[in-house]
Amino acid sequence: MKEYQSEVDRGMVVLDVIHRIQTESANDLAVRWNCKAGKCGSCSVEINGKPKLACMTRMNEYNSDEIISIRPMKTFPIVKDLVTDVSWNYEQNKRITPFTPNQERKNRNGDYVMMQEDVDRIQEFRKCIECFLCQDVCHVLRDHDRKDKFIGPRFMIRLAGLDMHPLDIKDRIPKIKEDFGSGMCNITRCCTDVCPENIQITDNGIIPLKERVADRFYDPVIWLWRKLFRKKLA
Amino acid sequence: MNLSDIKTIEHDVIVVGAGGAGLRAAIECSMKGLSTGLVCKSLLGKAHTVMAEGGVAAALGNVDDRDHWKVHFRDTMRGGKFLNVWRMAELHAKQAPVRVRELEEWGAVFDRTKSGLINQRNFGGHRYPRLAHVGDRTGLEIIRTLQDHGIHQGIDVYMECTGLDLLKDQDRISGMVAMWRETGQFVIFKTKAVILATGGAGKAWKITSNSWEYTGDGSGMAYEAGAELIDMEFTQFHPTGMVWPPSVRGILVTEGVRGEGGILINNEGKRFMFDNIPERFIAETADTEEEAGKWLAGDKNARRPPELLTRDVVARAIRKEVKEGRGSPHGGVFLDIASRRSAEDIKRKLPSMYHQFKVLAELDITTEPMEVGPTLHYCMGGVKVDADSQMSSVQGLFACGECSGGMHGANRLGGNSLSDLLVFGKLAGDGVSDYINALSGPPSIEEKQALLIVRNATDILNREKGKNPYLFHEDLQEVMQNNVGIVRSKELLKEGLAQLENLRDSVKNVKAEGASQFNPGWHEAIALRNLLITAEATAKSALIREESRGAHTRIDFPDERDEFLDVNVITYKGEDGSMKVKKVNRPESPAELNRIANLSIEELEQEIKTGNI
Repeated sequence: MKEYQSEVDRGMVVLDVIHRIQTESANDLAVRWNCKAGKCGSCSVEINGKPKLACMTRMNEYNSDEIISIRPMKTFPIVKDLVTDVSWNYEQNKRITPFTPNQERKNRNGDYVMMQEDVDRIQEFRKCIECFLCQDVCHVLRDHDRKDKFIGPRFMIRLAGLDMHPLDIKDRIPKIKEDFGSGMCNITRCCTDVCPENIQITDNGIIPLKERVADRFYDPVIWLWRKLFRKKLA
Repeated sequence: MNLSDIKTIEHDVIVVGAGGAGLRAAIECSMKGLSTGLVCKSLLGKAHTVMAEGGVAAALGNVDDRDHWKVHFRDTMRGGKFLNVWRMAELHAKQAPVRVRELEEWGAVFDRTKSGLINQRNFGGHRYPRLAHVGDRTGLEIIRTLQDHGIHQGIDVYMECTGLDLLKDQDRISGMVAMWRETGQFVIFKTKAVILATGGAGKAWKITSNSWEYTGDGSGMAYEAGAELIDMEFTQFHPTGMVWPPSVRGILVTEGVRGEGGILINNEGKRFMFDNIPERFIAETADTEEEAGKWLAGDKNARRPPELLTRDVVARAIRKEVKEGRGSPHGGVFLDIASRRSAEDIKRKLPSMYHQFKVLAELDITTEPMEVGPTLHYCMGGVKVDADSQMSSVQGLFACGECSGGMHGANRLGGNSLSDLLVFGKLAGDGVSDYINALSGPPSIEEKQALLIVRNATDILNREKGKNPYLFHEDLQEVMQNNVGIVRSKELLKEGLAQLENLRDSVKNVKAEGASQFNPGWHEAIALRNLLITAEATAKSALIREESRGAHTRIDFPDERDEFLDVNVITYKGEDGSMKVKKVNRPESPAELNRIANLSIEELEQEIKTGNI
């Protein structure tokens, strides 16, 4: 940990202070940022132990005599200063079977027809800015480092968004159970707590996916049917 | 250092920049069977496209079935003050609908109409509700859709990799030298073609909606490679950026606020836009609050409120109010949506604006008006390209999106940027494919060129001492803000150019402290060359265009002048190494397009209605 002192003007956010330090005393201080308006999800750090976007954390949340600690996200390997190697997340996204629409859902003009109420839920997931704060705080990834077993909350809601998409025709449920580790999540809701977009990751995304997995694999009627006829129900 | 010490990666084509245009171009290249690399300065999905809020313009006609590509084309030409490259505006209006529908094929989920189609909203300068949107985060939807589709197309993505300069084999492009931001190591991309999709150069100004990435890399690299730039004087100041608190000054407030009914008022409570309707738009703009109110309520016979005039007009009007003492406490004007829409509507339609003001300004936009003022938002000018292929004046060098020029003329309509990215990203892919198929043999890399580029970059680190790159950048921003801003004059521009010349001399002495590993100071210093080229090109072009048109306002020439309608301003690197600008006559406008653009809206609507199209 290195300590810097900086003057703080009215309205400044933590990222502004980092930039001031960069300009004045540590030109090479490494930090990621882009939009500075909470829309791109680049400046994820841990401020006084809380995973947050530096651009949306105002300095007046803290007392003027308080020392503020800013650390890189713990779950990912450090590259330098506040920058971490988040490439693992990009690898996970690639493992997900891409969106595949049902061509028959087109109307005569070739337009897909979907009602707003049928897409409200997936639009919530699509607000995700990929800041990876949920990945950072997830116990499975952070404390137990089971990146080999669990794809993490960000990609659970991506999967939920595909599974609940009115047009999509791919079945991802077996993979969600086996490869992506839906059973690893024990619903502590830490991911939901840190989401800067206020996405109800656990309640609206992960739990429904867990239910779909349970319906498919653990429903006693379906289990018995399989045992008896060695057949798969849809 | 030898060339063999630097890793070389071969592709048919690399795309530089991974915003909407770059991603769309890379997808097209890959679909055409080309080995494609995508090189971007940030992580994938973080490019400036995520900041686009309001929507993507396309004449789908889902909300108002009178819409048609011809009306979109006419709106675009009028918004661009008839200086747009005719063919580009035509291609854009015709192809935008198919490009937007294609996004649904790839998983995009736009807001829906009552009948389940893609919903469209009103925006400045667009005759009908035309912007397909997702709340106020349309850009995020588009970039994520392209990203999630693109990663399965066999494209090699090189993240956090900064392009330094292009390589040429005589007259043709042969690749690019780049630097990994993480390690500071260099890499050579050996390619048959390069597509620039690097966005604009807003970071040359102090008050801007743009992020650190917007340093004019495309224009800078293309210029150094011998390509021509077009109409660099046209820089769009978005009328509504945040003005308070100081640390967020310039951050964008979407035009969607006005599209949803938001009004602009001065400190006397007056809706001043009614006093600022230009002659060209009088016939199509409401002149009473009553009529504007009817329009908002959905009356198709009512004319549009003046708050939805084009951005150049609104930005100038706001500046006037502030200058004449009728501004808000922090030097802007008031943008009020609270009195126009219910709190619930505002939160549903403009969620990120609600959130942005709540967190950054501690202001609730459902109960209080916002304070807004102009912010540098977009460069209409850029690399000059062929309208159909997107190839620049250098063989094998292509450009699309904001870093190319010509499509938007003197002023861009809101929503036409996202559609531009999609349409011309795709066309650039087509253009590259045709170019490579016709290529006789692969170009080769000249060692001397590559090593010089590397040395220029390492010199910044190796210098004993020198100027702080961040402070240098602030000096540049000061010059551009004061001398090449919303309102320009010969005097201001000449003074600005003199200061830029001093900066150009002293940039050679900028020193980055620290090592090469993820060093933002070094990255900042490297970007200064491109910023300076763009800044100088903008100032010089602004000086030569002695008229006011669209986003370019000269107080010494306050009106449009017909002789300037016939010329583009071209910037290029002279043989002596200095920057040259010249006026070049525009090709004659195609008769049919000219006819459409000059029809009255009633005539055009009638023509479309009767099927005489």
